[in-house]
Amino acid sequence: MSNSKLKKITSARLFLPIVCLIAVLLINVIKTPDFFNITIRNGVLYGYVIDVINRASELVILAVGMTLVTAASGGQDISVGAVMAVAAAVCCQILSGGASSVTAYQNSLVLAVIAALLASALCGAFNGLLVAKLNIQPMVATLILYTAGRGIAQLVTNGQITYIRVESFQMAGGYIGKSPVPTPVLFAIVTVVIVAIILKKTALGLYIESVGINGKAARLVGLNSTMIKFLTYVICGVLAGIAGLVASSRIYSADANNIGLNLEMDAILAVALGGNFLGGGKFSLIGSVIGAYTIQALTTTLYAMNVKADQLPVYKAIVVIIIVTLQSDVFKKFVESHRSKKVSVAAEGGQK
Amino acid sequence: MKQKKKMTSTGFLLLITIVLFFVMYAAGMVIFADKGFAKPQMFLNLFVSNAGLLVISCGLTIVMITGGIDISVGSVTALVCMVMADLMENKGVSAYVAVLAALLIGLAFGIVQGFLVTYMGIQPFIVTLAGMFFGRGMTAIISTDMISIKNEVFLKWANYRFYMPFGSTNKKGKFIPAYIPPTVVIAIIVVLIIAVLLKYFKFGRKLYAIGGNRQSALMMGLDVKKTMFRAYVLDGFLAGLGGFLFCLNSCAGFVEQAKGLEMDAISSAVIGGTLLSGGVGTPIGSMFGVLIKGTISSLITAQGTLSSWWVRIVLSALLCFFIVIQSVLASAKKKK
Amino acid sequence: MEQNIVLEMRDISKNFTGVRALSHVDFTLRKGEIHALMGENGAGKSTLIKVLTGVHEFESGSIHMNGENKEIINHSPQEAQANGISTVYQEVNLCPNLTVAENLFIGREPRNKLGMINWKEMNARSAKLLESLNINVPPTQMLDECSVAIQQMIAIARAVDMKCKVLILDEPTSSLDDEEVEKLFVLMRRLREEGVGIVFVTHFLEQVYAVCDRITVLRNGELVGEYETKDLPRVMLVAKMMGKDFDDLADIKGDHKDKKAFSDTPVIEASGLGHKGTIKPFDLKINKGEVIGLTGLLGSGRSELVRSIYGADKADSGTLKVNGKEAKIGSPLDAMKLGMAYLPEDRKAEGIIADLSVRENIIIALQAKKGMFHPLSRKEMEEAADKYIEMLQIKTASRETPIKSLSGGNQQKVILGRWLLTNPEYLILDEPTRGIDIGTKTEIQKIVLDLADQGMAVTFISSEVEEMLRTCSRMAVLRDGEKVGELEESELSQANIMKAIAGGDEK
Repeated sequence: MSNSKLKKITSARLFLPIVCLIAVLLINVIKTPDFFNITIRNGVLYGYVIDVINRASELVILAVGMTLVTAASGGQDISVGAVMAVAAAVCCQILSGGASSVTAYQNSLVLAVIAALLASALCGAFNGLLVAKLNIQPMVATLILYTAGRGIAQLVTNGQITYIRVESFQMAGGYIGKSPVPTPVLFAIVTVVIVAIILKKTALGLYIESVGINGKAARLVGLNSTMIKFLTYVICGVLAGIAGLVASSRIYSADANNIGLNLEMDAILAVALGGNFLGGGKFSLIGSVIGAYTIQALTTTLYAMNVKADQLPVYKAIVVIIIVTLQSDVFKKFVESHRSKKVSVAAEGGQK
Repeated sequence: MKQKKKMTSTGFLLLITIVLFFVMYAAGMVIFADKGFAKPQMFLNLFVSNAGLLVISCGLTIVMITGGIDISVGSVTALVCMVMADLMENKGVSAYVAVLAALLIGLAFGIVQGFLVTYMGIQPFIVTLAGMFFGRGMTAIISTDMISIKNEVFLKWANYRFYMPFGSTNKKGKFIPAYIPPTVVIAIIVVLIIAVLLKYFKFGRKLYAIGGNRQSALMMGLDVKKTMFRAYVLDGFLAGLGGFLFCLNSCAGFVEQAKGLEMDAISSAVIGGTLLSGGVGTPIGSMFGVLIKGTISSLITAQGTLSSWWVRIVLSALLCFFIVIQSVLASAKKKK
Repeated sequence: MEQNIVLEMRDISKNFTGVRALSHVDFTLRKGEIHALMGENGAGKSTLIKVLTGVHEFESGSIHMNGENKEIINHSPQEAQANGISTVYQEVNLCPNLTVAENLFIGREPRNKLGMINWKEMNARSAKLLESLNINVPPTQMLDECSVAIQQMIAIARAVDMKCKVLILDEPTSSLDDEEVEKLFVLMRRLREEGVGIVFVTHFLEQVYAVCDRITVLRNGELVGEYETKDLPRVMLVAKMMGKDFDDLADIKGDHKDKKAFSDTPVIEASGLGHKGTIKPFDLKINKGEVIGLTGLLGSGRSELVRSIYGADKADSGTLKVNGKEAKIGSPLDAMKLGMAYLPEDRKAEGIIADLSVRENIIIALQAKKGMFHPLSRKEMEEAADKYIEMLQIKTASRETPIKSLSGGNQQKVILGRWLLTNPEYLILDEPTRGIDIGTKTEIQKIVLDLADQGMAVTFISSEVEEMLRTCSRMAVLRDGEKVGELEESELSQANIMKAIAGGDEK
């Protein structure tokens, strides 16, 4: 009885992401007892947890897009980091009017933001066209922008790092007025809520899952799978653009080489950690969000253990391989045959 | 039996590539005549600066023929360079042992990735994406600073020259023979060996059969998994060897080294006629792909005012163009 | 034991998780004969072949070859090949990216002392082999530039060159035209003369009578009998394949017959509609409240006909009128908006969306019809799901259970519910009762008749004549990808249907 209960718990959708999050948090609490302490300094919230939640914001936004793309097309968009850089470059270049450092906007902020989001939507549409219309493997298709994206961003900014030293520009990555909560956190929450509402208030979620699970059947019940896949890539592009703007605001500049660097890997990892199957189909948005926070907690922990930024990928790569191995059919079959062997042994023992 | 040699669509792609290469190079000779494009050495330099890439794209061609992919090769190159530099400079190991280490690293990547792809059935893209991050991260763990190689034996290899009977004359009318370093010799030998392996040995033909139709290959009694595993191991080994050649060019190890090399290798293979869906491709084709990449960067360097980012962008555009053509050809074939 | 027996299968039984797929089946193949293996869906033909070629294991029975006492059990197609049993499938198992010669020799290429492949010799030997079998194709041609017929023959040539004694041809002619079929037959007859035993699986009766010496008929996993072709007229063969002894079920049509007054309002009028390569242009009129059956053997174009109406395969000729108005149907969604609904033949591949719940599977079509921005509320979905779970008596743990964990029959009911929810005027049911227990079958038949009573136009496709007789008021007959005729209600009888399906001789 207790066995079946345990099985029920372990097979629950959010089991994996929550366990991982708890594990990472536990390590942190042991290492730094004041991990959960939150204080208010200079009128803003301050503490390890706040730091993790704040820094995870871009990743959360990316993970949302990555989840949709994964569910619909059974592949991942590895260009999101580069698209972030493009969006940041477009936005800053318009704001600076071409100068390398400005202290006042040369053009309107609204125009810059809209242009940046349009550019990232265009990137997403490009990926979507290759994947949905031309049936190219998602990762190969997005490899093109993965490499070219940063180059395009460099071209936009003429190869320089464009600084926007205007207070209002820094708000997106810092604090709005006297708000004690870092703005990126708000961005992440608003993004997740909006996407969740879209999924709730339209049938998009159901469409995406249907297309990802059985494209043929989806077509026969009247779904346009090409359009739906395309749409997920556009959404993913726009979300990458938003993440890019937040990241750019944090450093009040567009650094084409470093904005969103290696974040595509983290986003894929967040989706996998969230209990989503990387081969597409059913998905859990909230799982990916928890996954994203877990990754950031892990990153912060590793930083605390004096691991350098360049070295982080090693640990993340190992985690990815472990997760996809656990998800693989071969592994599942192996476990099943092992289990059935055990059962049959037990049954024989019972007979004797 | 009379037979007209018909042009296959894949042969057509390769022809486009070869013509494209010569047109681009000829254009360079006309537009940048003053930058020495007409000199034999300039042509040989395409090989000199891309020797490592040649070897790596051969490996990539092999896995792509089976329908797989490997995006870890750039990181493997960085790791190999770093390990060699670290061993020789900080650990006092001889150059020979360092080379051995380089090859072993490549082999290890090949074995682990091959196992995960073939026997665990995980998508090659995910596996090698992890491999890519792992390699780059390990490089940083060894050292985040640049290590220059000063080992005498190693530098002797790096600076050795095979002089050619032809060359050019400088302003003072003195004859300067063209040359190639040992890296080019190794790279060309590797391309030839792989070309022969793929055309004249069972292993090679099995790769094509698997890429063409995996189910059929299985039904025809071929050992599909073993062959695929070996393809990844060979690919890993070539990445290690390519890394070594790369190191002979750079004589240093640093974290950011060979960044985006996987993209160069993949686009070279695709531009050289390798199908992303598998079953088609040749090392010679990929070599022309590499030469096109080399020509693009020579042209952009010669032009002078364009930033080096243009190389990547032009290459990506070219890759995109070829991918779209492949996809269109494939769907046209289906309809037929 | 007869001298010239090359393959003998005795008393073969095989279960698939409790379902009996083969029950004490015997099969005998003689040297130099072409032996047709016949049967409708689920008869056990492919299971028998898979048991023979080592794809499946079997529970009981024995396989002998060449009249020897040694029992043979193959564990894989490769092992079967080594034992002299080769199979050529409808989907050619060759590599399209290699040359003809390579496809003939891959895995066993002639090599020189260095272990290198001797291309010259390989091409020469291929040329010789192809010539000896009268296959006119250069060895250096790429396989994907050969016609499907040539590809089939190359696959056969490969088998022949590997010294096969038993050659299994599994529906090799499905995608060939008449001329190509004739070429294939020439090759088959040739091999027969050379002493090869050929097992020929096909749905085309013409072809059976054109080349086969003997016929073995299977039905529901059991052996019906082995016959000499000349002793078995077509009508008899069809009767044996379909089985007559099936009429234990209540005559459910009886209750409905009396009140039936057919309206003469056509819902669907197709004229000259067709899809190149699958169904030749046909005319078809379906009235309100009418159940029209499509009959014909598997592969005769039954499914293809309805798919071209529904837009699953976009029709490339002819016109279609829905409720008297000409309709342009480019995709299934267009058809749905005109009030059509289509329950596909392959439930697993095209029907269910496996990981989604029963509720989601029921509402998905209605949701797609309404569009993305008009989502059903949770309450509407639950009510709809509950309504059809109750109405169709779907056995499921809850409406949130994933459909993949339901039994086949209940999955089918869910899909039926999915379409009924869209409130269609024209319902297409393609093999709705296949692989479903008898009780559920009768239920589904009853539902179909009720729906027709309420004025729905229905097209019903089934391999079982009995079932068709019980439900249909008119039938269209298909043969070899063409609609060849219609049977009015007064003409509907088992004998007439079989005659129509069989075509050809009127014995």
